[in-house]
Amino acid sequence: MTLTVTDLTVARAGMPVLEGVSFVVAPGQALVLRGPNGIGKTTLLRTLAGLQAPVAGRVDGAGEAVAYAGHADGIKATLTVAENLTFWARIFGTQGIGTALAAYALEPLADRISGELSAGQKRRLGLARMLVTGRLVWVMDEPTVSLDAGAVEMFASAIRAHLGQGGSAVIATHVALGLEGAALDVSPFRAVLPAPGSDAFDEAFL
Amino acid sequence: MIALFLRDLKLAIRAGGGFGLGLAFFLIVTVLVPFSIGPQTDLLTRIAPGVLWLGALLACLLSLDRLLALDWEDGTLDLLATAPIPLEAVVTVKALSHWVVTGLPLVLAAPVLGVMLNLPLEGFVPLVLSLLLGTPALSVIGTFGAALTVGLKRGGLLLSLLVLPLYVPTLIFGAEAARRGAQGLEAGTPLLLVAGITAFAAGLLPLASAAVLRVNLR
Repeated sequence: MTLTVTDLTVARAGMPVLEGVSFVVAPGQALVLRGPNGIGKTTLLRTLAGLQAPVAGRVDGAGEAVAYAGHADGIKATLTVAENLTFWARIFGTQGIGTALAAYALEPLADRISGELSAGQKRRLGLARMLVTGRLVWVMDEPTVSLDAGAVEMFASAIRAHLGQGGSAVIATHVALGLEGAALDVSPFRAVLPAPGSDAFDEAFL
Repeated sequence: MIALFLRDLKLAIRAGGGFGLGLAFFLIVTVLVPFSIGPQTDLLTRIAPGVLWLGALLACLLSLDRLLALDWEDGTLDLLATAPIPLEAVVTVKALSHWVVTGLPLVLAAPVLGVMLNLPLEGFVPLVLSLLLGTPALSVIGTFGAALTVGLKRGGLLLSLLVLPLYVPTLIFGAEAARRGAQGLEAGTPLLLVAGITAFAAGLLPLASAAVLRVNLR
């Protein structure tokens, strides 16, 4: 499924942060988003994932095709690694967590309580969740935070495998992943216009 | 949906899950009331239905701020919002699991605690029936309150203030049914009204909760 973003304006807390963003991500392609902190990468990704509505413009080919990975991994500390993954597999209606465990070398940790994992191991579990969603378009926000070099390599190969199977990915990151694919610096799209007064008014009464 | 329900139950019984919190609170309130009132069995008999209902309501209120806040904090709510399950179903399942973890134990414990409050024998069936019909409404309304305040730090106070007025009709008719039953009067009408409130809340509030949650997730 091709993700097409046309002239998109996204807002955080009622203030437009990025405007006029357009790109196309075809199956098998990855797009890396770059830009300084606070420019609106997370807001853009949340809009792609459908968590918030765009202010203007459109996103096509997302919706039910998107799997989202944000800053938080959605891990329950009192469940084991395998229980966490199995839960998400059942939510997304897929079978088997074996490949997801293997991709991030989580098998030895499968029966450990997630609350006991290190930050990097938790992140690997959060990334493994993407594999059990069975979704084609991965939207990922700073996926490599707290990962060591080996885990970043695991992540890069998981992405390559996903692209090889006809999937696509939009990744906001500051780290070089060694992925061939387009990079988009979103800095030029920084919104200059202040928020229209009427919008803020509506927001206040929602 | 079943996966979400089972996960919530599993989380509740694991360490720190809060299972039994409401039950323990209910127990404490109803055990302490006879001590504070003194040994006047006729007075206890008269206030027993009201005390049991009030105890159950406050016990439900106690665990509401954890209902969605925990899933919000660890990002699960974001991920569930992008999952193939509609948010309406998510909040319904959340309310259901809250009821199973909090409301149902209260219903089951109420007859035992009724003995401590000298509840007349003929009052037990109406009491249990009114709680069984009324406590689901408390969970559903509570989920709506939790959806409204999700993402607010220390939103518990606001949540209580928002939810308490919405709890009043359930309390009035629930306690009325239990009281009429305890006095040997016909309790059918208030029971039907409680059932009506629960049906109304369970049918409509999940839509409102999901809409509110979508706004709060932005």
